[in-house]
Amino acid sequence: MPSVTINNISKAYSSIRALDHISFDVGKREIFGLIGPDGAGKTTLFRILTTLLLPDDGTASVEGLDTVKQYREIRNIVGYMPGRFSLYQDLTVEENLNFFANVFNTSMQENYDLIKDIYIQIEPFKKRKTGRLSGGMKQKLALCCALIHKPSVLFLDEPTTGVDPVSRKEFWEMLKRLKQQNISILVSTPYMDEAMLCDKIALIQSGKILSIDTPENIIAGYPQKIYAVKGENNYRLLEYLRKNPDVQSCYIFGEYLHVTLNNEFDFRFPDKVEVNPTKASIEDCFIRLMDHRPERVSD
Amino acid sequence: MVRFSIFVKKEFLHIFRDVRTMLLLLAMPMIQLIIFGYAITNEIKNTPFAVWNESNCNPATQLIQKINGSQYFDLTGYYTSVGEINKAFQQGKIKMAVIIPNQFGNDLFHTGKADLQIIADASDPNEASAVTSYVQQIIMQFQQESSPEKTIPYAIRQEVKMLYNPQSESAYNFVPGIMGLVLMLICSMMTSISIVREKEQGTMEILLVSPVKPIFIVLSKAVPYFLIAMIDVISILLLSRFLLHVPIEGNIFLILLLCMTFTLSALSLGLLISSITKTQQAAMLISGIGLMLPTILLSGLIFQIENMPLILRLVSDILPAKWFITAIKDVMIKGLGFTAIWQECAILTGMTVFLLFVSIKRFKNRL
Repeated sequence: MPSVTINNISKAYSSIRALDHISFDVGKREIFGLIGPDGAGKTTLFRILTTLLLPDDGTASVEGLDTVKQYREIRNIVGYMPGRFSLYQDLTVEENLNFFANVFNTSMQENYDLIKDIYIQIEPFKKRKTGRLSGGMKQKLALCCALIHKPSVLFLDEPTTGVDPVSRKEFWEMLKRLKQQNISILVSTPYMDEAMLCDKIALIQSGKILSIDTPENIIAGYPQKIYAVKGENNYRLLEYLRKNPDVQSCYIFGEYLHVTLNNEFDFRFPDKVEVNPTKASIEDCFIRLMDHRPERVSD
Repeated sequence: MVRFSIFVKKEFLHIFRDVRTMLLLLAMPMIQLIIFGYAITNEIKNTPFAVWNESNCNPATQLIQKINGSQYFDLTGYYTSVGEINKAFQQGKIKMAVIIPNQFGNDLFHTGKADLQIIADASDPNEASAVTSYVQQIIMQFQQESSPEKTIPYAIRQEVKMLYNPQSESAYNFVPGIMGLVLMLICSMMTSISIVREKEQGTMEILLVSPVKPIFIVLSKAVPYFLIAMIDVISILLLSRFLLHVPIEGNIFLILLLCMTFTLSALSLGLLISSITKTQQAAMLISGIGLMLPTILLSGLIFQIENMPLILRLVSDILPAKWFITAIKDVMIKGLGFTAIWQECAILTGMTVFLLFVSIKRFKNRL
């Protein structure tokens, strides 16, 4: 039985469709990534799964418990880390942890082994008020607080947004270790590079799932050749390429432009540019999926 | 229970960490009381007054000296016409004038009865009534001291004329009013703000996704503010008794019980506000403008409810503070017992139950 089952969920806020008939499962001991830009509906989905919001349509269950009818039971077994830092800023690190342990009817000692790896990193600051921690420290503490009762499913809403690259890397290593403790994790992120670290990802945009698969399969499914192109003036080159009818798509990717072509055989790039065939990344897949959505075609 | 106590401890930590707010909560009632208290009592001391003495007899001079000799009055001048006295009043030179007619001495010796007139500036009615009552007391004393022994005491009939506001009521007693105001402020405003703060910070989101029942969260918020309110009540009672010398006639336990009843109603009002607002500003606005203002204006704290139009009297009936102030005046000032205030207590309790019921019903289990 999967840890999380989402079946045809829809949710609208007055005129905006936040979620549009979404279905997917999160397996046991799986890190499932929800990848999408801001406003894609990730937070809404998290709130429905954590029983904070009621879906307009469809059903969802966590560990076999219905999110609407059995919300009390669900609240006992999930750990939730909201997108915005939500601990008491006027309490110290230690006080926050102890308080949230108490909220879940447990104590810091009881599940210390679960949070030990993370907690030792913030322990030197345990007497410090939470409001005066750095961004990475805050997220680590928030993760500790979400883990303190040994949840069976962990919901992390953009846990690495606004965190420095080193802390981000550490954070993901912790998630890997948690997986080994029999915890299923649903995590959302706007960072495409983090998608590769998940076991399975769903690309989501404007409340719709564009694709669900392992990151490797999504990349392997990219149907075309991609060229990484670099010129003296990338911006002018971008304009030039986009005007060309043989170029299917062209967008900036770091210091390169990623270009796909309609007609591979005839096309010649301008002489002065460096052209290398390259592998597709998750971001390339995401952009392609966004551009090829059925609605877009019919527009 | 252990869990609940940890929740309460956390609330206390929030309050203690915010030193400025805590000082405000504890000092504000005292400061208000002292400001109100001295704004009224200080004025009576060394009140400037003037005399129009037509009689120039011995007793008249003695009386004037006696008034001047008291700590309440300072003689600033003698006048010889109504016009001069009026002018002095208008210029604010004097607050009170004594007019002694020329037959004063004669009447007193021969008939044992004499008239004099006291004029007070009643543009501030409370001050004026205090001034006249003080001067009346001095005259009474003078009567007894100067009457020949074993004869009928002299009777000096005093005609008191209140200028500018002839129907002035006696000085309202502000201590019950301040208690009502402070308890309302601390309990409703602070409780609602601290609950809404959890929503604003996002901590409510985490607390909701936990086994804790929302009512638990909310009740743990009420405990510290209830205690602070009780500390304030005691400090107000002590200050008013020993600094302002306001008599506490009634049973002190009945007073405390009444304060607790009112505090509970204010707390539940705060809970209701927190359940219908989403931001701290909104909570503050509703409790500030929606509660404080009516409490100050309509609960009899400053204006007499009896003189208000019917519609405002009806509005005042739904304010818990009105019932509290009426009841606490009865107990504290008049010294009445529980039988006199059971109606008010019942109304306050009923309001508390109703407000609690509605706010628990309205409290959302979800976002």
